[in-house]
Amino acid sequence: MLNLLTEIFSYDFLTRAFLAGALISIVAALVGVTLVLKKSAMIGDGLSHTALSAFTIATALGFAPLWFSLPVVIITSFVILKLSTNRKFRGDAWIAVLAAGSLAIGTLTASLTTGINVDFTSFLFGSILAVSTQEIILSLIVAIVCILLYLFSFNRIFAITFDEEFARSIGIKTNLYSAIFSIICSVIIVLGMRLLGTLLISSLLIFPTLTAMQLSRTFRGVVFSSVIISLLAFAIGFVLSYALNAPTGASIVVVNLIFLLFAFISHQLLHKT
Amino acid sequence: MSDSPVEKTPIIKLEGLSIVLSDQLIIKDASFSIDHGDFIYIIGENGSGKTTLVRAILGLIPIKSGKITVCKKHALIGYLPQESNLDPNFPATVEEIVSTGNLGKMRLRPFYKSAEKSATKNAMKLLRIDSLAKKKFVNLSGGQKQKTLLARALTSSPDILILDEPSNNLDAVSRKDIYHALETLSEQGQTILLITHDPERLNLKHSKTIEIKDKVTHVYA
Repeated sequence: MLNLLTEIFSYDFLTRAFLAGALISIVAALVGVTLVLKKSAMIGDGLSHTALSAFTIATALGFAPLWFSLPVVIITSFVILKLSTNRKFRGDAWIAVLAAGSLAIGTLTASLTTGINVDFTSFLFGSILAVSTQEIILSLIVAIVCILLYLFSFNRIFAITFDEEFARSIGIKTNLYSAIFSIICSVIIVLGMRLLGTLLISSLLIFPTLTAMQLSRTFRGVVFSSVIISLLAFAIGFVLSYALNAPTGASIVVVNLIFLLFAFISHQLLHKT
Repeated sequence: MSDSPVEKTPIIKLEGLSIVLSDQLIIKDASFSIDHGDFIYIIGENGSGKTTLVRAILGLIPIKSGKITVCKKHALIGYLPQESNLDPNFPATVEEIVSTGNLGKMRLRPFYKSAEKSATKNAMKLLRIDSLAKKKFVNLSGGQKQKTLLARALTSSPDILILDEPSNNLDAVSRKDIYHALETLSEQGQTILLITHDPERLNLKHSKTIEIKDKVTHVYA
């Protein structure tokens, strides 16, 4: 085992991917708790499809994909936020429209310009070769911001997640928190997409929270366990993917799935007895 | 729960307030004041606009015209919304939920101090849910959930306590407990605004009734 780890970390690109992935896993778990509990988890799916479209268009036009897609995804997240708070619209349906529309635009752009090539498939399924130092720095910044936000606003985040209306009525700036969450969520979708791909990144937001909810009865417990589970699943999935020569994104998601099933079954059994 | 003395000075004044939602006029030209120590019933048929009116007072929805004046600087409002809006499976304990009522008076301070912890305990004691402090929200009965939310509203030491149909779907014991707590609070000088569609059954001493009928508010002393 030690030999395997030494071998993995002897490669620069693997060390970079591990660092970025671990940071993204922490942030995704933190933001994921609020998204899942507010029943907004599908936002991750919508944004990842938009990110794919933005990445493809940037590649076709010769722009830097990361810096082109970041503002596009952030703006989209604000649009989703606006739609989901407007009672006239059905937010979930619009997220589906956005996801399908973006994926279609991305696929069309790719096939009309560079073709469905390696870049496009790496956007879809992720690639550990794609993680740059720039992305590690960005992951580190967003992780620090997110951890500080949770440390110093934990009780407020809990209040908003549990009952946004009450939180607003006692003067908590719920719109500001929603905007910050949208930005953080957008950044981790764009960064995580490089590693896990469009099709799997949203699972990083959802699985750890669902698993943690089977294990803990308090909000604090769910947040804490979610981070631990997310990190553990990432690390195991990452090492497994190297050992088995399997795709990284899929390996991480499968480990997360096993954790969830195990926690769910244990929870059911414990509650029966 | 408020430290303010009981005197008939207004906390909030509404003047010519009209509310339009989805191009529909809900409240027309409402004018009344909520004074210190008032116990006000807001009554009206289902869909008459009772909840809309308090949501406007809370600043949760925009108003079309008129004015809402908060006479006291930094007035705190404790609010108990209708329970149906919340996720009954939310992973949180009673204590965690009740404590959040303190956040409004903490400004930017992130952690609860002993004053907030004792406010949480007192509110739970008043509503007889202190023994449930560590219990998960999902495992509570309807009445216990409602008491938890009322305790949360109380921990904010509000200048006004606004309650939206607090006895909805409750058993007789829980209803009695909640109204007993409200009576105690009212006697202590707490200003209370209570939305109800069933005022006769409550039989509580109240100072004012605001009835919403055909979009118009009628105030009875």
